[in-house]
Amino acid sequence: MSEGKNRNFSLIITVVIIGMIYTSRLFYLQVIDSSYVGFANENSKKLLVIHPNRGLIFDRNDKLIVYNDNFYDLNISYPFTLKDFDTLGFCTILNITKESFIKRMKKADKTVYRGSAVFYKNLEPHKFAALQERLYEYEKFYIETKVDRKYRTKSAAHVLGYIGEISKKKLETENEDQHYAKGDFIGISGLEKYYEKELRGEKGSKYILVDSRGRHQGSFAKGKYDVPPIAGKKVSTTLDLNLQEYAEKLMHDKMGSVVAIEPSTGEILTLVSSPGYDPEDLSIRRKSKQYIKLLRDPTLPLFNRAVTAAYPPGSVFKLLNGLIGLQEGVIYGETTFPCFRGFSIGRLHVACHPHSPSLDLRGAVANSCNAYFCYTFREILENPKYKSPREAYIKWKDYMTQFGLDNKLGSDINFESKGNIPTPEFYDKMHNNRWGFSRIISLSIGQGEILITPLQMANVISAIANRGYYYTPHCLRLVNDKNEIPKEFTTKHKINIDKANFEIVVEGMAQTMVNGTAARNSIKGVQICGKTGTVQNPHGKNHSVFMCFAPKDNPKIAIACIVENSGYGATWASPVATLLVEKYLGLSDTGTTRPDLEKRLFDAYLLNVPKPLTPERIKFLKDSTEKAKKDSTEKATRRPLGKNNPPKKTNHTDILICDKDQRIGKNQFFKYQKF
Amino acid sequence: MNQKKIFDKTSFDWPIILIYIFMVLFGWINIYSASYNETTGSIFDLSKNYGKQFLFICISGFIAIFWLFLDNKMFSLFSYLVYGVLILLVISVFVIGKEVAGNKNWISLGSFNLQPAEFAKYGVSLALAKFLGTPEARLKDRNTLFIALGIFLLPMFLILLQKDTGSALVFLSFTLVLYREGLSGIWFVIAICSIIIFILTLYFGALMVSSIFAGIVLLVYIFSSRRKYLTWIMVLITAGVVGFSSSINFLMENVLAEHQRNRILVTFGLLEDLKNQGYNVHQSKIAIGSGGLFGKGYLEGTQTKLRYVPEQHTDFIFCTIGEEWGWVGSALMMLLFVTLIGRVYYLAELQKNRYNRIYAYCVGSVLFFHFTINIGMTIGLVPVIGIPLPFFSYGGSSLIGFTILLFTMIRLDSTRTNEMSTLKDMY
Repeated sequence: MSEGKNRNFSLIITVVIIGMIYTSRLFYLQVIDSSYVGFANENSKKLLVIHPNRGLIFDRNDKLIVYNDNFYDLNISYPFTLKDFDTLGFCTILNITKESFIKRMKKADKTVYRGSAVFYKNLEPHKFAALQERLYEYEKFYIETKVDRKYRTKSAAHVLGYIGEISKKKLETENEDQHYAKGDFIGISGLEKYYEKELRGEKGSKYILVDSRGRHQGSFAKGKYDVPPIAGKKVSTTLDLNLQEYAEKLMHDKMGSVVAIEPSTGEILTLVSSPGYDPEDLSIRRKSKQYIKLLRDPTLPLFNRAVTAAYPPGSVFKLLNGLIGLQEGVIYGETTFPCFRGFSIGRLHVACHPHSPSLDLRGAVANSCNAYFCYTFREILENPKYKSPREAYIKWKDYMTQFGLDNKLGSDINFESKGNIPTPEFYDKMHNNRWGFSRIISLSIGQGEILITPLQMANVISAIANRGYYYTPHCLRLVNDKNEIPKEFTTKHKINIDKANFEIVVEGMAQTMVNGTAARNSIKGVQICGKTGTVQNPHGKNHSVFMCFAPKDNPKIAIACIVENSGYGATWASPVATLLVEKYLGLSDTGTTRPDLEKRLFDAYLLNVPKPLTPERIKFLKDSTEKAKKDSTEKATRRPLGKNNPPKKTNHTDILICDKDQRIGKNQFFKYQKF
Repeated sequence: MNQKKIFDKTSFDWPIILIYIFMVLFGWINIYSASYNETTGSIFDLSKNYGKQFLFICISGFIAIFWLFLDNKMFSLFSYLVYGVLILLVISVFVIGKEVAGNKNWISLGSFNLQPAEFAKYGVSLALAKFLGTPEARLKDRNTLFIALGIFLLPMFLILLQKDTGSALVFLSFTLVLYREGLSGIWFVIAICSIIIFILTLYFGALMVSSIFAGIVLLVYIFSSRRKYLTWIMVLITAGVVGFSSSINFLMENVLAEHQRNRILVTFGLLEDLKNQGYNVHQSKIAIGSGGLFGKGYLEGTQTKLRYVPEQHTDFIFCTIGEEWGWVGSALMMLLFVTLIGRVYYLAELQKNRYNRIYAYCVGSVLFFHFTINIGMTIGLVPVIGIPLPFFSYGGSSLIGFTILLFTMIRLDSTRTNEMSTLKDMY
């Protein structure tokens, strides 16, 4: 073989060797090393999450309350470098300044290192429309659709609750199933929170292709791997929206709460905490503006009084003492105790209002006799069955806990308070181990250290209506039209008091509406059983409390109502409750047989803050001020002036501050004052 | 006898022609795929790359057929003339060149751009064949060697001045021709050793490489039985290695541009630079690597379609093939190229005429160089040097240039068996 042939051979061999090296390198890259497939997917395949529609919320009559509403965020995808970008045109569409544009870009750059950042939250509809048309010009930007809550009512905000972006803490602690991602919405309070699992649905996913500049390039593999989202379940609440709205209207401009329960099931028909707020104020879009405003409102609209506020129950507590007395056998329905305007023991005196001096239990309930229940409570504590009043007290407290007091009821409304029935140890400490009836005499009429939430109060009255049992109050009726109520809401809680004893107290309650404290609030056509209460309040005017159920047999509704700082139970709380009964039972075609009473309640202003100054109101006040000025000058001119008779100075600002309506309310209050 | 003569005259090498046709058409549909998206229209759309490529393919086809009918003597006769004209064309770029992406190496012809560097290879091949093809040319003769070197170093230098480093480096492939024609193999040994030392120095530093090498030489010296004979050569080699190794740092820092330096470092894994110089190779490897055994299917590749790989229809066209046709397609490509180049070399050695032989070697070497560098860079084995893949990459100049290059060889080869014409050519 010649030299040339040799070299030719070696050249060909080199070519073959290089070919083999490349082929094996390709085999390594393409077949053996699978990491490149991952890189490629990371590069070009983007998993878009499709948010499911949140479940809708209905009331008990299948009326829609909460639904969903889309809104749009403008996002920018990483890296945030813009080439040949028409900043001016872009800013004009969004109506922002160039500085703001730069600021937003900087913010995005600072906070996000991959994926995308929100550039403009909640696009206004006209901006969205304008931008949608020209979005292809701004290839880095895209619009993300988000789902907000919308409401068909302005009521029930406290029950429904609201949703919001999930917090960092929750993202770490309450995310076992990895359902949530940063920026996702989650129920923050109310039913939205409690039934989050039912309402949220399941997220879907969609693979899309993204090119090297981060632009979306259509679906991957024709959507073969896409998972459609599953919408949240339909949640039917036990609320009666009509009743709820009516109750809120009645409670408007008053502080307090109303809780109505269907006794046979424990379903909450109405739960009002007044003053409330429009539930839409805390929707995603309006929250940022409204939340602080609501938070700073001195009337605390965000505070759910119905479950969180705990009050001394006042006279309504007498029912429980009566029941316990009967069950313990220390009194009978026919037992009478004398009452001459009060009860005295040593130097202590518990006053009472004028009524017949000798009443049995029924009469005492009807007339809310303080003395009678002081005697009863004494009999309970000084029962010879027990070694000491302390032991009797423990037994007494046990009855109270059976009624659901001193404990969270465990309803599906959040922020429930526990209330308070003092422990014997508490009194041991307070009275240095020496205490008896005389030390805790105020418990007999529902004052003192005991605290009860309106929901507990409603639960108590529903237990009385049922004559001895209750179901935990709850707001869930159906999930996806199927009965999927948690077990804890369907368990019967029995109370160890005989049915016959309940009947005696119920009779007394029925008498209340006939010839007792709330006689003038009785309604034709239905026998209501009620009990008024006036809670003494060291900080201001008494709280007006009323609880009732109706009808007497087979009760359909049990209501507890409390109106803070307003006066007697029969004056405010009782009308509210009885009007609701009327409405719920549908006794009148027009809604009520007592339109005057209804109007009085609609108009009354019982908040402890001045009415907010609306333009109409300022005009009204100005007019009245001028009128007063005119009057005073007229008077001044009419009167002969002299040294002994100087013209009377009128302080006009007084009139401005002092609310005329409030004064009317006051007069009315005196007018209606009876007890 | 007469009949046989005519038959021989037209006995073109069909394997090469078939491979050529296959490559060109396969390249074309891959260019279409590389530019494909949902709005892509007909493959014949002349306003798009793939449409233009179709035009170039047609032109190439005409040229190929035309070339096959040219008289054999023409090539030899006009070799220097063609070389001269093409050198002038390269020089003219300095004057009337058009700047594209910072490099001034195009001549604008209406809506098409001409890249003289792609044609200069043809001129060099012809001139080299003509010069070394004379019976009295001996590479052992120093003057002959220098002239031969000058023939391809002149355009290389000119193109280097135009900052088209990739195209310039292609001219180094002609050293393979010189090797076949008698250039001492020691130069290639030295070149390969230099590359190895270069790489080792990059990894371990000049001091380490120098001292280790010196140590090995010392050991060989101590234990060798033929000491005297080795001494001077050893000292010389050691000095050379130490000198070269120490100058690499200077070379890297001062001679090479930053992007070139980084490309080299990225290739040897000494620099993680996925955003700039490493981006191409990384994305190219991802595209090819994600292809798997059988590929994602024609028009189904995501990486190339979504423009992750820059220059995917020109220098990085192989990515599309790797991604969409998988290892099977890629291996077939390798096989075709190896067959093509091997066949060219094989035919070259069969030539009875020196001119034909040398020319065929030129063609083989140019194709070999392009193939090695281009595929090597897409799979990350060779630093990124922007040269096209013959017959595949988009570009009129390159396709037409290679067509002329190859079909001249086929034409020359077709008369191989005809002794008469061979004799005529010799004189």
